[in-house]
Amino acid sequence: MQRFALIAVPYAWLLALFLVPFVIVFKISLSDIALAIPPYTPTLDEGFGPFFAALDFENFAFLASDDLYWKAYISSLRIALISTILTLLVGYPIAYAMARAPEEWRPTLMMLVILPFWTSFLIRVYAWMGILSQEGFLNQFLLWTGLISAPLTILNTTTAVYIGIIYTYVPFMILPIFSALDRLDGSLIEAAEDLGCSRFQAFWLVTIPLSKNGIVAGSFLVFIPALGEFVIPSLLGGSGTLMIGKVLWEEFFNNRDWPVASAVAVILLLILIIPIILFQRNQQRQAEADA
Amino acid sequence: MNQTVFAPWDDPAEKPLIRFENVTKRFGEFVAIDDLTLDIFEKEFFALLGPSGCGKTTMMRMLAGFETPTEGRIELAGQDIAPVPPNKRAVNMMFQSYALFPHLSVYENIAFGLRRGDMPKNDIDDRVGEMLKLTRLEKFARRKPHQISGGQRQRVALARSLAKAPKLLLLDEPLGALDAKLRQATQFELMDIQEKTGTTFVIVTHDQEEAMTVASRVAVMDEGRVMQVATPERIYEAPSSVYVADFIGDVNIVGGSTKPAGAGQYHVHWAEGQAPFMAASDRAFSDGQACHLAVRPEKIAISAERPSDAENAVQGTVLDIAYLGNLSTYHVELPGGQIIKAQTANTQRISRRSFTWEDPVWVSWTATAGVLLEQ
Repeated sequence: MQRFALIAVPYAWLLALFLVPFVIVFKISLSDIALAIPPYTPTLDEGFGPFFAALDFENFAFLASDDLYWKAYISSLRIALISTILTLLVGYPIAYAMARAPEEWRPTLMMLVILPFWTSFLIRVYAWMGILSQEGFLNQFLLWTGLISAPLTILNTTTAVYIGIIYTYVPFMILPIFSALDRLDGSLIEAAEDLGCSRFQAFWLVTIPLSKNGIVAGSFLVFIPALGEFVIPSLLGGSGTLMIGKVLWEEFFNNRDWPVASAVAVILLLILIIPIILFQRNQQRQAEADA
Repeated sequence: MNQTVFAPWDDPAEKPLIRFENVTKRFGEFVAIDDLTLDIFEKEFFALLGPSGCGKTTMMRMLAGFETPTEGRIELAGQDIAPVPPNKRAVNMMFQSYALFPHLSVYENIAFGLRRGDMPKNDIDDRVGEMLKLTRLEKFARRKPHQISGGQRQRVALARSLAKAPKLLLLDEPLGALDAKLRQATQFELMDIQEKTGTTFVIVTHDQEEAMTVASRVAVMDEGRVMQVATPERIYEAPSSVYVADFIGDVNIVGGSTKPAGAGQYHVHWAEGQAPFMAASDRAFSDGQACHLAVRPEKIAISAERPSDAENAVQGTVLDIAYLGNLSTYHVELPGGQIIKAQTANTQRISRRSFTWEDPVWVSWTATAGVLLEQ
């Protein structure tokens, strides 16, 4: 009985906070737009028979027919993938330096990585607008050093979106890689050097493979939220940056077309299920390797 | 019996493989190695023995190239090795933790060093096969390190460090993680492999029994200095200081002062009103010089009556008896409080012990049984 209660808690949590909302969203995606509150039909007021009869996959067919949507999905996938790789390139050296830092420094460094979370995410993204705009700090600094003669256009481009995503998600990359590198036995590197490896070879043949689980975990932790990211592209990206999160927002709030927006959300979730499953499998493998 | 004894250290013409020349290593204020000079010869099985923190691991790490001496010079085959990085030295090391690569199979672990050179693929395969055979690991070639036992992992580590046929193999507490039974078997295996491959082995250990078993010579270290370098027999039977005598095995140390009594013979006055002990010594002692007489417990006999022919005999009472199965050690308290340990072999299954607590007994030993030490 007690065991059942223990298992019931997480399942009840999942049911209430994931499955029920998903069923509601899925139901809306099968509905039709209506000028009413709520802005779709049918509702359960009409009785079960007509309710189920009125549901159809019309919205999904519409998504397939309009190339805006699949272009947005493809573009989101590309941006998420590229920013994951860039975040890895930025995050790995930081995690490596942290793991090699003297023991007494590590908690402080860890603190510095987590520190940005203490401020609102929105405010931090707005701060980037101040840095990246035409008259922003970055342009002023570059003009002052004489590296450029005219201000660069960074804000409202895809570059700004990459910067925003890397900045926001790099802690999610650093932490799992750091934990993998922190556990790495230093004598393995010495053994590799003893057996004839140069420093770089030892890094490539021992350090990288042994931090693979951290790299995979960090990459998914960046890729999954970046794919559906809405705040960063809408604040830092211009009209040229097409991301599915932004499309979703516009369908919901600008067009008030809840059924199409829900269909977009359902497809996004289906796309995300693949990397989420891969992520779970990686975590499980790691847990088995540690056991 | 005209067998040549392996003793290159006695031959002045022999060139050492490794030469430590006035090597000092400091970590900040801490002196890990203090002005150390030492020669190690080819094909030797050399043991660095000492308590933890005595500098033995630092010496090994300097040979491997992970540390550089603060002062002095280390030569390998006549060449100063200070500027040579670890990956360019013909020296391989077997790590205390084994440091096997967890993501590689046993085979790949052994092949790891070979793949770093320009060895053809077939030769690598042959060499790994040879190593697997030497260490009896053929069946486990495809396994990952976490899928084999501790003893097998130890053999993989050994095979991996031997694969490149190094001039010098360093073993850092190689048997520390094994249980007592397996450790003993592995000691003989190590000696066997050392003999087969003809590689010079330097082993670091804090286990004196291990050092005595495997090594051709033992260096006893303390606080960054070598206290004595000699064969296991000489370390045991002719220690050069009280520290070495006390560190290796069990020993009785009696403090006193000497009085010469003929050629190489001395009286040791050890207590007021007691007859002096007789001791033979090659080292010269002056009249009244402070000294320590070191006698191993197994060289001391215990009896109920005074033995007629003993050169040293003294009466005491049994204070404690330690029964070890094969041996029994008696702690005998002499007049004045000095305690002497005497050991007897239990050659027969005992139904009745000859002595028990509080019994008056005689302990006796010959003049040559003990070693006279200055310090």
